[in-house]
Amino acid sequence: MAAQEVQPNETLASLKTESETLKTKLEEERAKLHDVELHQVAEKVEALGQFVMKTRRTLKGHGNKVLCMDWCKDKRRIVSSSQDGKVIVWDAFTTNKEHAVTMPCTWVMACAYAPSGCAVACGGLDNKCSVYPLSLDKNENLAAKKKSVAMHTNYLSACSFTNSDMQILTSSGDGTCALWDVESGQLLQSFHGHAADVLCLDLAPSETGNTFVSGGCDKKANVWDMRSGQCVQSFETHESDINSVRYYPSGDAFASGSDDATCRLYDLRADREVAIYSKESIIFGASSVDFSLSGRLLFGGYNDYTINVWDVLKGTRVSILFGHENRVSTLRVSPDGTAFCSGSWDHTLRIWA
Amino acid sequence: MTIRTLRDHGQHYRPRMACLNKAEALVVEMQDQKNGVKASEQKLNVTTIPHVMSGQDILAWIANHMKVDTQEAQVIGTMLVAYGYIYPLQDHKKLVLKPDGSLYRFQTPYFWPKQKWKPEDTDYAIYLAKRNIRKKGALDVYEQEEYNKLHKWMNHKWDFIVMQAKEQYKAGKERKKADRVVLDCQERAYWIVNRPPPRTHSALDYGIDRLIDPNADEKKTLDYYRRIIIFTQQAIMRSRVKSSVSLGAIVKYVTTFKNHDPFLAPCLPSNPWQTDDDTYWELNMRNVEVPTKMRVERWSFSFFELLSDPRGRADFKVFLKKEFSGENLAFWEAAEEMKWGTAASMSEKAENIFKTFLAPGAPRWINIDGRTMGLTVKGLEHPHRYVLDAAQTHIFMLMKKDTFYRYLKSPVYKDIQKKAISPAPHNFSDAQLEQNAKNRKPGIDPIIIWQQEEEEKAKAAAAAGPIDIKKLMQNKLDRK
Repeated sequence: MAAQEVQPNETLASLKTESETLKTKLEEERAKLHDVELHQVAEKVEALGQFVMKTRRTLKGHGNKVLCMDWCKDKRRIVSSSQDGKVIVWDAFTTNKEHAVTMPCTWVMACAYAPSGCAVACGGLDNKCSVYPLSLDKNENLAAKKKSVAMHTNYLSACSFTNSDMQILTSSGDGTCALWDVESGQLLQSFHGHAADVLCLDLAPSETGNTFVSGGCDKKANVWDMRSGQCVQSFETHESDINSVRYYPSGDAFASGSDDATCRLYDLRADREVAIYSKESIIFGASSVDFSLSGRLLFGGYNDYTINVWDVLKGTRVSILFGHENRVSTLRVSPDGTAFCSGSWDHTLRIWA
Repeated sequence: MTIRTLRDHGQHYRPRMACLNKAEALVVEMQDQKNGVKASEQKLNVTTIPHVMSGQDILAWIANHMKVDTQEAQVIGTMLVAYGYIYPLQDHKKLVLKPDGSLYRFQTPYFWPKQKWKPEDTDYAIYLAKRNIRKKGALDVYEQEEYNKLHKWMNHKWDFIVMQAKEQYKAGKERKKADRVVLDCQERAYWIVNRPPPRTHSALDYGIDRLIDPNADEKKTLDYYRRIIIFTQQAIMRSRVKSSVSLGAIVKYVTTFKNHDPFLAPCLPSNPWQTDDDTYWELNMRNVEVPTKMRVERWSFSFFELLSDPRGRADFKVFLKKEFSGENLAFWEAAEEMKWGTAASMSEKAENIFKTFLAPGAPRWINIDGRTMGLTVKGLEHPHRYVLDAAQTHIFMLMKKDTFYRYLKSPVYKDIQKKAISPAPHNFSDAQLEQNAKNRKPGIDPIIIWQQEEEEKAKAAAAAGPIDIKKLMQNKLDRK
C-alpha cells in the first residue's frame, strides 16, 4: 500500500492511541455477545467412554524425518514427504508403496493428494510447489511429467488442492499465501497480512467454499476470502508460533496447534476463541491437529513424541497415545473418519484406529 | 552429523522454543531444597559427587507434582534429559530417563539450551582437543572423526584452539578432584546433547530456521497503524452471533454426527483398519446400487451432505428428473466447474453456461430474480471465475430451502430409505483376523476409477440430446 500523505492531525502517537482504542472497542463488542462458555453448553452432552486406539499399521520406508502427509479421497491411500527429498505414495491398508519420487531439494515440508487421486503436489526448500501426475505404469519415471506451479520467494510450508485438481493453495516462509492455476502456473490471488513465516493452512469445508484459514509465526490465525484476497477475520491469542490449523467439520470453527503447547478452538460466527486445550504436564509444542468426523475429538501430535486426544466440547484430555520415537510432525484423519495417520521424525508413519 | 555451514538459504532466525521457558521453570522447581527431588551424595568410581538423584525418584516426583501416571512422567523426564537439563552419570550417551536406580544430576544453568546462541564449532574443537591432551585415545570413533574434520576446516585457527585447550586443562588441574569430575561430567553432557553421537537424534534439532525473525517487531510506521485501524473498524462492524447460538450449533453438529463417527460408534460391518476386512469400503463406494442405511440417513442432515456424497447427489437427480427441475442442479454443477476449473477454460465455460441456462429461451433456463440475472449477464461479458457467484448462491439457497425438503418427503427418498441395507457387525475369531491380515485386498487404483468416471460423464453428455422445450414448458405450466 503506497504511503499516504500525512494528514494535519495525524501523528504516530495519535494513530497508535486510536488503534489501541479501537482494539479495546472490538474486544468489548465481542464480549457483549459472549453469554456462555463452551464447557457450560457441553454440560448436557454425555461423557465419552473409554477409548482403545492402537497403531494398526506402521509404514516404514522413508530414510529421514517424515514432514508431511495427506490422504487420498479413496480413504486408504496416502502421500508422505520427508527431509531427504523423498515423496512416497502408499496404499496404507496393505502398506505397499505405490509410487516414489525424489525431489531435487531437501526438506519437503508440504505435500497434498489431488481430489481426483491422479496426482500429488509437493514442495519445500525449493520455494516451489510442483505437481506430479501419477501413473498406472509402476516403472514410469514420474519426475519426467513434473509441473512447477507455485513460485514463492522462500520455503513452501504447506499446500492444498482446492475442490479440483486445477487449483492449488500454498503458504510460505516469505509470509504470504497464494492461489495458483495448475495448468498455466498463473498466480490467481495472493494473500498478504502475516508479519512472519506462514506455517499452515486449511480450506473451509463449507458449502460456499470460498475461505481458508492460515497460521503463522506471528502468532496469528487469519481467515481469508479467496475471491478478494482480503483477510476477513484474525485471531491472536496464542503465545507462540502456530504450527497447524484445521477447520471444524461444519466450517463454523477451527482449531490450532502451537509451540506454546496448547491447542485452541476459535468460533468464527461468535468471532472469538472459545476453548483452550492444555495441561500443566504438556510442555512441548503441538505440531499438528485434526478433528474426528463428528468434531467431538481433536487429535494433536506433539513435539514430545506423543499424541493427545481431546474432548472438544468438555475441554478435557481423553487419551494419550505413545509409540513414536521422535517428534510427531504431521497428523490427519482419514476422509471417512475410520482412522488417523501420524507422521514422525522417527522416519515412520502410523495408522491409528 | 555435519558441521554447520553458513549456507542456510538466508533462513537464519531460530524458531522460538517456547517449551524451554516451561521446562526451565519445571527444572527450577525440581531443584527446590524443600520440595524438590531427593538428592544425595554418591560415589562415582572413587570420587564422591554431591546432589545426585536416582531415575525412579525423579519419575516419582514428576508423577506426583504434575498428577500424571508413570508413562507420562517418563515422557516428561526423558524430554528433560534429552534437552540437557538433567544428565545421566552412567551410560552418558543414552539420553533417556531410566525408571530405576540409575544416577542423574541437574545440569548447571550455564549449559542449559538457550535460544539466543548456538554452540560454536570452535568451542567443540577446544573441548575435543582438551580431552585429547588429557588422555590420548580418549575420544570415541565419531568424536575422533569430528576432531579430524574440525582440524582440517579450522586449520588457520588451530594454534589458538590448542592454546585454549591447554589453558583450560591447566585450570582444571588446579581444582579439587570432586569439582573437576563434576565439571567434566557437565561439559560432556552438554556436548552429547549438542553434538549427538551418530544414529541418535538431538532434542535441540528444531527443523529449519524461520525466515523472518519473530522476535523483531514490525516497524511501527504510520501505514502500519492505518492498516490496523481500518482492519479493526471493519472487524467491529462485522455482524457476530451470540456465543450461546454458535456454540449451540457446534454441540448440535456433534450430536447429529455422533453415530457416524467411527471413533465414537462402531462402523458396520467393521472398521477395515481394525479387522483387515474392507467390506465397509466396498459397501460405501461411489456408485453402489444400494447404499447403507447410515449413508442414506446422513443425506438428511443437510443439503451440503447430500450434495457432497456422489451417491446422494445421484439420488437427488432422480428426484429432480421426476419434477422436471434438473436445471437448477445442473446450473450449480456447471458453476462449480467454472469456479474450480483451469484459467484457460473460463471464457468457453462462461459462453456455454450462458447459452444453456441464462439466455432468453435457453434450453435449461433457470429462474432467478431479475436483478441477479442482470448482474450475471453483464458480468459474463468479461468472464472471471467468480462471475456466477451471485446466481449460484441464489440457486443453491433455493434448492436448500425448498427442493431439499421436498426431496426428503418424496417417494424417491422414502424408497431408497427402505431399500438401504444395514450390514450385520462382523464377529471374527482370532484365527480369522489373522487370515484377514494376510489377505488384505489391494483395492482399485484411483486413477482407474477417475478414468471410468470421465467416460461416464462423456457418455451422459452425449446422451443428453436436445431437450424438447415445448414439452418442458407445458409440464411447468401444468404444475402451476
